[in-house]
Amino acid sequence: MAEPSSPAAAGSTASAALTPATEGAWAVTGNWTLQGLGPLTLPGTLPAAHTPPQMLEGTGLLALDSAGAWVLKRWLAAAAASPRLHGWPPRAAGLMNQVQADAAAPLLQLARRSFLHRAGERAVAAALQARDFLRFIGKVAVVAAGQWRQPARWRWRAVLHEVEIGGYDALPIIGLTSFLLGVVVAYQGADQLRHYGANVFVVELVGYAMLREFAPLIGAIIIAGRSGSAYAAQIGTMVISDEIDALRTIGIDPVQRLVLPKVVALAVALPLLTVFADITGVFGGMVMARSQLDIGFVEFVDRFGRVMQGSALLIGVGKSLVFAFIIASVGCFQGLRTQGSADSVGRQTTLSVVQAIFLVIVADALFSVAFNMLGL
Amino acid sequence: MAAAADFAVELQQIGTRFGSRSVHEGLELAVRRGEILGLAGGSGSGKSVLLREMIGLQRPTSGRVRLFGDDIDKLDTAQALALRRRWGVMFQRGGLFGALNVRQNVGLPLREHSDLDDALIDQIAEWKVALTGLPPDAGLKLPGELSGGMLKRAALARAIALDPELLFLDEPTSGLDPASSAGVNELILRTHALFGPTIVIVTHDLELLWQVCDRVAVLGEGRVLALGTMTELSRHTHATVAAYFTDARSARQPAPRASAQAPAASHG
Repeated sequence: MAEPSSPAAAGSTASAALTPATEGAWAVTGNWTLQGLGPLTLPGTLPAAHTPPQMLEGTGLLALDSAGAWVLKRWLAAAAASPRLHGWPPRAAGLMNQVQADAAAPLLQLARRSFLHRAGERAVAAALQARDFLRFIGKVAVVAAGQWRQPARWRWRAVLHEVEIGGYDALPIIGLTSFLLGVVVAYQGADQLRHYGANVFVVELVGYAMLREFAPLIGAIIIAGRSGSAYAAQIGTMVISDEIDALRTIGIDPVQRLVLPKVVALAVALPLLTVFADITGVFGGMVMARSQLDIGFVEFVDRFGRVMQGSALLIGVGKSLVFAFIIASVGCFQGLRTQGSADSVGRQTTLSVVQAIFLVIVADALFSVAFNMLGL
Repeated sequence: MAAAADFAVELQQIGTRFGSRSVHEGLELAVRRGEILGLAGGSGSGKSVLLREMIGLQRPTSGRVRLFGDDIDKLDTAQALALRRRWGVMFQRGGLFGALNVRQNVGLPLREHSDLDDALIDQIAEWKVALTGLPPDAGLKLPGELSGGMLKRAALARAIALDPELLFLDEPTSGLDPASSAGVNELILRTHALFGPTIVIVTHDLELLWQVCDRVAVLGEGRVLALGTMTELSRHTHATVAAYFTDARSARQPAPRASAQAPAASHG
């Protein structure tokens, strides 16, 4: 069965050549394979045929593979010739005939679409996704309301487990980030305040900035990258391996079993994390105030207690509750939208983080406007 | 060396252990050039592991793997690369790159290993896709958009992109309906007729073993329990081999093909 038409069986390294023999006949010699073709693979390197070849002499042909056959076919097509094959090894002849018989149909190309077309498509897709997201939030709310009346059916163990990995395990990173943020805020403020001799106002600066804005925001951003992405990846993987469909057929609602514990857990964990971030952030500001502005810890804490209003803390914690709902529902929503193959999981995970952070900042901006109008 | 050149693959005293579990022990197998060899055996008999060892994705704990007479452990980087251009592998779940469409998947080995211009590579890739019986629009589809049968065909098209002398097929018909798997059987035979490669097929599809394979090796107890044409194997007396065939065959009618296949099977 091993015929010398396969490149290695030929064993020779003679390179491919095409030479005019007698009138209308060309000799095909050497290894017409990927290795043997060498520079002949480039268009225009084969000798030009002035009259269409009538016959291809193949007695000197050592090996032919489909690349060689196609190079030859292209040369023949340029000369508008369909010659007879003479003296070819049987397998090479079979391959050449097969290549010759199959018409080189013009390759299909993906239709090019105009910019407007693509923009329109994406706008519609975005609108549909927004509608689906609202529908999903509605579904979560309905399931949560249904659960409300049956506290025995709450899966507290799952909730507590999620609180542990989404909240407790995030304490070090949140604490450190928030501490550094407090240092930065105090440092930036210190320079300006010193000009006016208003050193002591660094307390208000750090206090309000951390409690109202930075602590909830930095907590939400870290948790979106940490937990939101994990939710999307976990649920997405379950979609790929048909686990979500299996849950549905067993009669378990994936929203109730998978989504709700995560939403509840994050709604518990993120406000608590925010309080922790408040503490470490203000502490960072205190450290900076003492070293740069000569305001001791006692003086700082004393003033903090007198000037800060409780509403600042509540506003920050309240915002973080909303952020928690956004992060958990976006993560689960994008996870459930996974379809097809494993690379879709990665795409949905990325999307969940980007969208969650975007929506958190949009919500934060809306809060600022609303609080301004309410005079809070 | 003359004898070695007659074999595309030689496995000598292969031993494979995973921790304390022994999969192969003293396994010997030689695949003749140009034949279609089926590797059969029950689940867990180490068929797929053996295939991975042949293509160098996994090293046996002991023993030697020779491809085209060369010990694959002793090849330098350039030789190993040259060897990879001489074989094609079709993975069980396709192994097609999800980010590339079918035409790009098939063209990738050519683009990587040749100086052909893009237009010709696209033509050759499209021709190979057409050879496997896929419709003309399949070349532009992503692997994720293909059905199981189409995926197998696309995977085969990529495996034969470089006209390999040695083709490894891992479960080419698993998960296919009878009509699609008959189509794949026919496709393997057509590929063999056109390019003449040595083909090693891991499978437990009896239809495929009967219709396509010249010889079949049955794995079990860590070694090759039996090796021969299907007709020979169906009369084999070893309990495990006999059970493998009679169990599977008692579920269907006694195959009259057995006699029709015999003359064809003896040529390997």
